[in-house]
Amino acid sequence: MNAPSVVRTHALHKRFGELVAVHGLDLEIRRGEVFGMLGPNGSGKTTTIRMLCGLVLPTSGTAEVAGFDITTQAERVRRRIGYMSQRYGLYDELTVAENLRFYASVYGLVGRARDVRLAEHIELLGLGERLRQRAGTLSGGWKQRLALACATAHHPDLVFLDEPTAGVDPAARRTFWQTIYELANTGTTVLVTTHYMDEAERCMRLAFLSRGHLIGLGTPAEVVQQFGAKTVEDVFVMLQERDEQGAHPVARS
Amino acid sequence: MNALFERLQRWTMWPMLWKEFLQLRRDRLTFALMTGLPAIQLLLFGYAIQTDVRKLPTVVVDESRTSESRALVQVLENTDNFRVVTAVADRGEAKRWIERGAARVALVIPPDYQRNIRGGHTGVAQLLIDAADPQSSGAAIAGAQLAAQARSTQLLAQRYQLRPPVEIRVRPWYNPAQKSATFIVPGIVGILLTITMTLITSTAIVRERERGTLEQLIVTPIGKSSLMLGKLVPFVLVGYVQMSVILLLGVLFFDIPVRGSLLLLYTLALVFIVASLGVGLLISTVARSQAQAMQLSFFFMLPNILLSGYIFPRAAMPEPAQWLGLALPLTFFLDILRGVLLKGVGVRDLLVQLGALCLLAGTLFTVSVRRFSKTLD
Repeated sequence: MNAPSVVRTHALHKRFGELVAVHGLDLEIRRGEVFGMLGPNGSGKTTTIRMLCGLVLPTSGTAEVAGFDITTQAERVRRRIGYMSQRYGLYDELTVAENLRFYASVYGLVGRARDVRLAEHIELLGLGERLRQRAGTLSGGWKQRLALACATAHHPDLVFLDEPTAGVDPAARRTFWQTIYELANTGTTVLVTTHYMDEAERCMRLAFLSRGHLIGLGTPAEVVQQFGAKTVEDVFVMLQERDEQGAHPVARS
Repeated sequence: MNALFERLQRWTMWPMLWKEFLQLRRDRLTFALMTGLPAIQLLLFGYAIQTDVRKLPTVVVDESRTSESRALVQVLENTDNFRVVTAVADRGEAKRWIERGAARVALVIPPDYQRNIRGGHTGVAQLLIDAADPQSSGAAIAGAQLAAQARSTQLLAQRYQLRPPVEIRVRPWYNPAQKSATFIVPGIVGILLTITMTLITSTAIVRERERGTLEQLIVTPIGKSSLMLGKLVPFVLVGYVQMSVILLLGVLFFDIPVRGSLLLLYTLALVFIVASLGVGLLISTVARSQAQAMQLSFFFMLPNILLSGYIFPRAAMPEPAQWLGLALPLTFFLDILRGVLLKGVGVRDLLVQLGALCLLAGTLFTVSVRRFSKTLD
């Protein structure tokens, strides 16, 4: 089964002064995938996402998102993607319904079409009972769900979730992942970064990043095998230890 | 035509405007600042700040106790600059009254006062003033000179049946009652607009950056111009509402005249608003937090209050201070406000101010929009 690719990067490179945040990244993500990006802090996950969203320009290399070039067609890319940042980007003074309405409208949805689309979306994400509550008074789990709803209200081809479950209780994390799969079933590709290994194991495919390098790629089972470990967590710890010793062979280039 | 309508309908500035107004209405601190500040400013500056000093508490040491000495006290009181609190026995007691702060002025009339006048000499009285505050002592000195002159003229006229050879008749134009409110209240409009455009606008923008919503917006297809317009236009409207409220209250409670064209005033105000928005936007690109934006805004307010001519006349300032004042949009806008409201002048008399404002607005706004655009990349 070879679905068309939604993200395709070639030798993607980002340098901040002396620091190389992302080093020659080649990556392909296919439509409908739930794709996980793993790596210790500072491994280049967030920078990669920010480049793919058009928030920062790559130093060199190319990337196509939803069929458009991120440097020359950033405007068109933006219409096709959703982005949920670690800080959620919600307006505390606005209610749940108002936040949704605002973000949908910013993506050019207006009038009845917007109302119909939002009603459907609210149903999918189970936000119906909270519509009139101010976003600022929501608990962490609900905020996270609202942020996801806002990032996907315009039915994007691809949604980026940057550590979406940081600081959320386990029950809320579980329902969140159910929602992610429901989204994927509606045809939205999901790219998610995480620190939680149980979450990593739920992804269809994983990419391991370390110091800006892609050092492992495949299904969770493949990755575990590739590193000769028992679980994804073992792989992660192994990589981090290597990082801390500074003995990572590829990073020294 | 239809396509145009559809494009207009989908313009991403509308949701931005809608959201901004909802936030303005719901954010209690901003709302309090917007509504409370005009009220407080008006009460404080309209009623409390009276730069004209009247009715200084005065004690009298009358060692003469004659009809002449009583007449002098009367003339002094008639100037309205003095209010006789009590008569005291001697200088020592008068000194104690001043030291306690119970009196600001003591009038000492020596025993030979009437004798000197009647004998063709000069009757000399003494006025002791607590001159620590130059403004009230200035009023006392002016009052004393006025009183002495008035009494002298009266006496000369009695003695020689003469009319005074010279008289200057003063006509205070534009503010005949010489009330400070008439001068200050139009200025409050300018000060308030400055506060709204710098303080409230800059904190509103910095808040978006602090909370991560600005980053969220940049990822959406909303254009830079929509983002900026949607963010700034609400504050322009807020500014106009504040301006109208202050003008209305000024007319109702402080008898502020509106002699010129309001249309002209509102049009010129827009140039000032654009200039001040430039400052607000500039602050938002420098400040890292809302607290910093607030501090920077207050830092900007200070020269505006001191150097623009809002309270203190610019003519009295040393030259460097006057030059500094020329860099503030408020300086020119105050001329416009007072010119249109109090003097009823037309645009032809305000061309210099208008030109200067346009120059300042153009520079400030371009620089800050350029800086702000960069933060969006």
